Amino acid sequence: MVERGQEPPLWIAVPRGALLTETLDLLDEVGIDTSEVRQNDRKLLFADVGIITMRPSDVPTYVEAGAADIGITGKDVLIEQAERDVHELADLRYGRCTMVVASETGPDPVEDALRRLGTVRIATKYPKIASNHFLATGRQAEIVEVKGSVELAPLAGLADAIVDLTATGTTLRENNLVIREEITVCTARLIANPVADRLKSAAIDTLVSRIATSLGR
Amino acid sequence: MADRIPSGTRDVLPDEMRELRALTERIRSVFDRAGYGEVYTPALEYERTFTRDGSGANGAYRVFDERGNVLVLRSDMTVPIARLVGTRYPTAEPPLRFCYFSHAYRSVRPQRGQSREFLQAGVELIGAPGPLGTAEVLTVLCDCLEAAGLQSFRIGVGDQGLYPALLDGFGVSAHARALILDELTTGDFVGVEREVNRLSLPADEAELLLTVPRMRGGPEILDGLDGPLHDAGAGMREMLSLLAPHVAARVIFDFGLVRDLDYYSGAIFQVYDPAHGMPLGAGGRYDQLLAGFGRDLPAVGFGLDIERVHIALTAEERDRG
Repeated sequence: MVERGQEPPLWIAVPRGALLTETLDLLDEVGIDTSEVRQNDRKLLFADVGIITMRPSDVPTYVEAGAADIGITGKDVLIEQAERDVHELADLRYGRCTMVVASETGPDPVEDALRRLGTVRIATKYPKIASNHFLATGRQAEIVEVKGSVELAPLAGLADAIVDLTATGTTLRENNLVIREEITVCTARLIANPVADRLKSAAIDTLVSRIATSLGR
Repeated sequence: MADRIPSGTRDVLPDEMRELRALTERIRSVFDRAGYGEVYTPALEYERTFTRDGSGANGAYRVFDERGNVLVLRSDMTVPIARLVGTRYPTAEPPLRFCYFSHAYRSVRPQRGQSREFLQAGVELIGAPGPLGTAEVLTVLCDCLEAAGLQSFRIGVGDQGLYPALLDGFGVSAHARALILDELTTGDFVGVEREVNRLSLPADEAELLLTVPRMRGGPEILDGLDGPLHDAGAGMREMLSLLAPHVAARVIFDFGLVRDLDYYSGAIFQVYDPAHGMPLGAGGRYDQLLAGFGRDLPAVGFGLDIERVHIALTAEERDRG
């Protein structure tokens, strides 16, 4: 473990990727200096300001274990990892995306597959969200989990449709896919470790109220 | 290929066992001094013991015996001890004090470091109503953790009935009440806010429903509570006044604390240590559970997860260098 020296008031798990810039902007606004993080995209731990950076889907893992006191990640990650024991403290409203079912343009292959084969093949990075959505809507689905570029799956014939997150729909359009159903809207969320939420309640409450002010409530 | 053991189970080798044994012996001497007699109950019980109304501790593992009865591996010790009190102490004069060091069994989620089989040390105080009984058990809990060698632990104290009473007082429908309590139990405060905002309550009532679950801290949060929180605050202050200073100093009041076991009724606790990301143990009052076993007595208890206490102890020692 890295020598942490003088302990910062809170260890914060910050998501790299699409949520990074707005997360750092928000932290700057509430008085946490993120300039070192902005200048350094290889370094992972910034002890002076208590920031650790990671992919969004790892944020609940670190926070649940108490390796970070609080963290920021997408609601999509939290729904997919619903069993994680973390407190969800605030809707940060940025990073707005929609979880959708999409398939190739033209007649919907999903309807065809369900009518003729009784089941539909869905490629996704979100197997739980996808399988819950099809269960809730009374359709049988075979979920194929992939790790990258889900858009490829229907084009290459791996699946009839995909369940994925889209912000602008550009990637879908570029791959000749159209949105067939909207499952849920996802935004960035502030989460906390349940033990830290009690033992560091003053620091966490201060941060939450500064964030609320910054978001203009 | 090496023979594996089921995920969530493990072998304990002599070095660790020596430390665990020393730890449980220190705790045992606290139980002993406080007058709690150690009991052992079978790991397997009839399923109906665990599924009767209000027990809610279902257990994850079931087997058939040679006659076709369904047996369940106990998921905690509170229900077996309630059963023991009803059958072995049907007329004994309360209060009754029991302690245990026993393995319990729960299902696990994959790759989360959870245990299917875990060692619990705990006490059950039968026939001592709150706040006096609650204060006694909190004192034993605190003494145990100190005897274990932990220095920075805290005990969170809440009230299982506080938030539901608030919802009932504002006339929230049973359906909405269940949704809100479900969000609160999973710690989703964004979900609580969403559901509360759907109720179209008067602004001050909605505000209270959002702020109460986030009220946690020292005894200062009990000051100046009025309106619907007056009684809960008075009850907690009364309990606090019965605690010795070294116990009171460990207590954090937490109005958002809810436990997901059906049998809890009043004061509930959870044990925290900054050196570990998960609670080390929990407990509370279960004043209705014993009635189902033929003895209508108020009761209170706690269980500590010995493995987690050991991990926290090791982490505290490492932090101190």
